Parts: sequence; C-alpha cells; structure tokens
Amino acid sequence: MLRVEGLRHAFGRVRALDDISFHLTPGQTLAIFGPNGAGKTTLLKVLVGLIRPQAGTTHVEGGPRAVGWMGHQAHLYGHLTVRENLLFWAALYDVPAPLRRARVDEALRRHGLADRADEPVRALSRGLVQRAAIARALLHEPRVLLLDEPFTGLDLAAAAEFRRLLAQLAGAGRIVVLATHNVDEGVELATDIAFQQGGRFVSLGPRGGRTAGAVAEEYRRAVAGG
Amino acid sequence: MGETLRHAWTLARKDLVLEFRTRTAILSAVVFTALVLMVFNFGRDPSAVAAIDLAPSILWVTFTFAAMLALNRAFQLELDNQALEGLLVAPISRTSIYWGKLAANLVFVAVVEAVGLPLFVLFFNVPVADVLGPLVGVIALATVGFVAVGTLFSAMLVRTRFAELMLPVLLLPFLIPPLMGAVQVTARLLAARPLSEVAGWLRLLAAYDVVFLTLATLLFPHTVEQ
Repeated sequence: MLRVEGLRHAFGRVRALDDISFHLTPGQTLAIFGPNGAGKTTLLKVLVGLIRPQAGTTHVEGGPRAVGWMGHQAHLYGHLTVRENLLFWAALYDVPAPLRRARVDEALRRHGLADRADEPVRALSRGLVQRAAIARALLHEPRVLLLDEPFTGLDLAAAAEFRRLLAQLAGAGRIVVLATHNVDEGVELATDIAFQQGGRFVSLGPRGGRTAGAVAEEYRRAVAGG
Repeated sequence: MGETLRHAWTLARKDLVLEFRTRTAILSAVVFTALVLMVFNFGRDPSAVAAIDLAPSILWVTFTFAAMLALNRAFQLELDNQALEGLLVAPISRTSIYWGKLAANLVFVAVVEAVGLPLFVLFFNVPVADVLGPLVGVIALATVGFVAVGTLFSAMLVRTRFAELMLPVLLLPFLIPPLMGAVQVTARLLAARPLSEVAGWLRLLAAYDVVFLTLATLLFPHTVEQ
C-alpha cells in the first residue's frame, strides 16, 4: 500500500508540490502526466525518500526495502560490467547471497542483456543502459515501483517489452507509479491517471475505459489549456 | 551493526574494484609522491640542513597532498550516472556509506604511503630499519584521522562547483593538529629518541582519531541530504 497525504514542498519561491494526496493499493498503476517543471520528479523523490517534504506524509508498506526506484539516471557505474553492477545493488538490497547470481542471471535474460552482461556499462548504448537500469530497479522484487520517465532511450521493441513487464508486475499485485511528460507512454498500463501542473494534481482519477487519445485530449485541456 | 559493516564492505570493495580497473587516481597519487620526494631531495642543500631535520616535514607534506587526490575522487565516483542517488535510496544506513568510503580511502592512501615510504628512505637516506614498526604505527594513526575528516569533507563538497579546489582549502586547517603530531613523532623516531618523549603527541593523534571518527560518523548523514 502507498499512501500520500497533503504533500507540500517548494524550492525557494517555486512551488514543486502543492497539497498532493493519493492512495494506491496492490495492483494499481498510477500514471502521472505533466509538463516539464510540473513537480513530477520532486514527487517521486519525496516518495522514495530523497527529499524530505516541507509538509505532508508518505507511507509505503514495507519501507524503503519495498521500493524500486528508477530516476532520470541509471545509477550504474560505467567502469563495472552490467553483471557486477547488478550484483552490487543486489547485495545492498539484501538479496540473499545464495540467490544473488541466479537472480541477476534471470534479470539479465529477461531484459535482453545476457549477451552484454560482462561488458562495462560505459560501452553500452543509451537504450541498453536504460534496460540495465530497469533490471537494477526490479532486482529486489519491490512491491512498489517508482519510475521517472522510464521509456526514455528505449527503442520500440524494448519499450513494448517493458510495458508487458510492467503489466505483469501490476498483475502480480505490485504498485506502479510512473511519471512522464509524454501522454502516449503508459496510458494503457494505468489504472489511475493524474495530471500535474505547478505542483498540483489538477486531475486525479481512475482511467476507466478512456483510450490514449481521450486521455491526451483531456490532458491538453487540463494542463496545456488547449 | 553487522548489517552496517556488511554494506560498508560491499561499498568499499566496489570502490576498490573501480580504482583497480581505472587506476587513474592511484597512478596520479603515486607519481605525485615520487615527484615531490625527488624535487625535495634535489632541491635541498645538504651542506646547509641535515636530511634528518627536513625529512619528517617532507614526508608528511607529501602524504597529505597525495591523500587529497584519493579524497577528491571518493565521492566523484558516485556522480557516475548519479549512483549516489541510488545509494541514498537503498535500504542501507548512511553510516555504512561513510564507513565504506572511509575504508576504501584508507586502503588507497595506505597503498600510496607504502610506495612513498621506501622512496622517502631511498632519497633521504634516513635510518628507519630500527624504528620501522613504530613509524608505520604513527603513519597509520595520523592517516586514520585525516582520512576520516577528508572523507566527510569530500561528501560535503561533491555536489559543489570547484570541489577539487575547495577540498584542500577547507580540509587543511583541520589537518594541522594531526600533521603537527605526526611530524613531531616522526622526527623523534628518526632521531632514535624514545617514544616516551612524544607520548603527548601520540595521545593527541589517538584522541583526534576517536573524536573525528565519531563526529564524522554522526555528521555524515546530514551532509548527503538533498
């Protein structure tokens, strides 16, 4: 369960979060759409514990260990191989030592990185680094997955594969929150949709039967004033 | 405590693997050490000042500035793909991050000192055979203190501009007590004086280590908050 109540945060005079509240239960996927500077990244950073909000509370069932986080950057070391990076993060997330190698091998296979596992991350393309970042975020089998612009850099096939994976995770009872400025990404995965602007959720509710086109049209009306 | 140490070791091992693979900082530090000792050796007038009178100061100036290279790189490594953000999100204590960095820095500086000490003996022809054990002990005692403080400052400065310039400026005033102690004790050891003459300086070095290790451990979590 993920519960957020009355979050407020400002950077100087810029209001990044303004009274954000929502509640997600296992299996729900919240897609947050908003233009650049709307406060999406700040919201995710508060949820993951990187920023302490000036007001409001967040609660993630299971604590930090239950959260998987993928930010704008991959959080991988360029001079370590993909496998070494994943083993390192698995150790920090307390994946039991006897399971670590098998878990990493499975992640490498699932994300199409098995052939490149022993290459340093700095030798990989942007798309492959993004896949490795996804593998890293999922390694400890988090119950809550927080994704900031997760489709950036993925080619069409990798993006489709990632969408399938997210659907599987939601189907298996994970909570997914994904933030993006691109309404075409992630709509079909979402059970709930929020539009964020100026730090506020100007709209939040179940997706219902709305198509991507309908959501895009609503987004334009709600956020872009069009 | 066991978990903190385990995570610290995982981090330290990762830093050492990265350094072993790139060898940039260690090579720079070793070459720097050799060059400084050589310049001091050929720059001095042996008929004016005896080597043994200058040697302790030269040894510690060399070690201090070589260590700066290690301390500068400690948190720079974490800027690679914003890995520091990943560490802060991981379910590990901030203390384990500090101790991991401290351990890696100590190994790094110890390697530089292990290369520097024989060069120092070679260039200055000082008698260390009879006092090698105590000399190594004093080097270790002083190194722990200044690496403890330096690791903390390195974390504080990593997100600032001109971090490499700022680190020596901010750190050197804090290093005056251990450096004074280390120079005094080294001078007495090389002059074959009994250790009882410098018991006060040894106590100062030990106290500095305890106080600054404790303070740095307590302060570190606040230096990495966003």
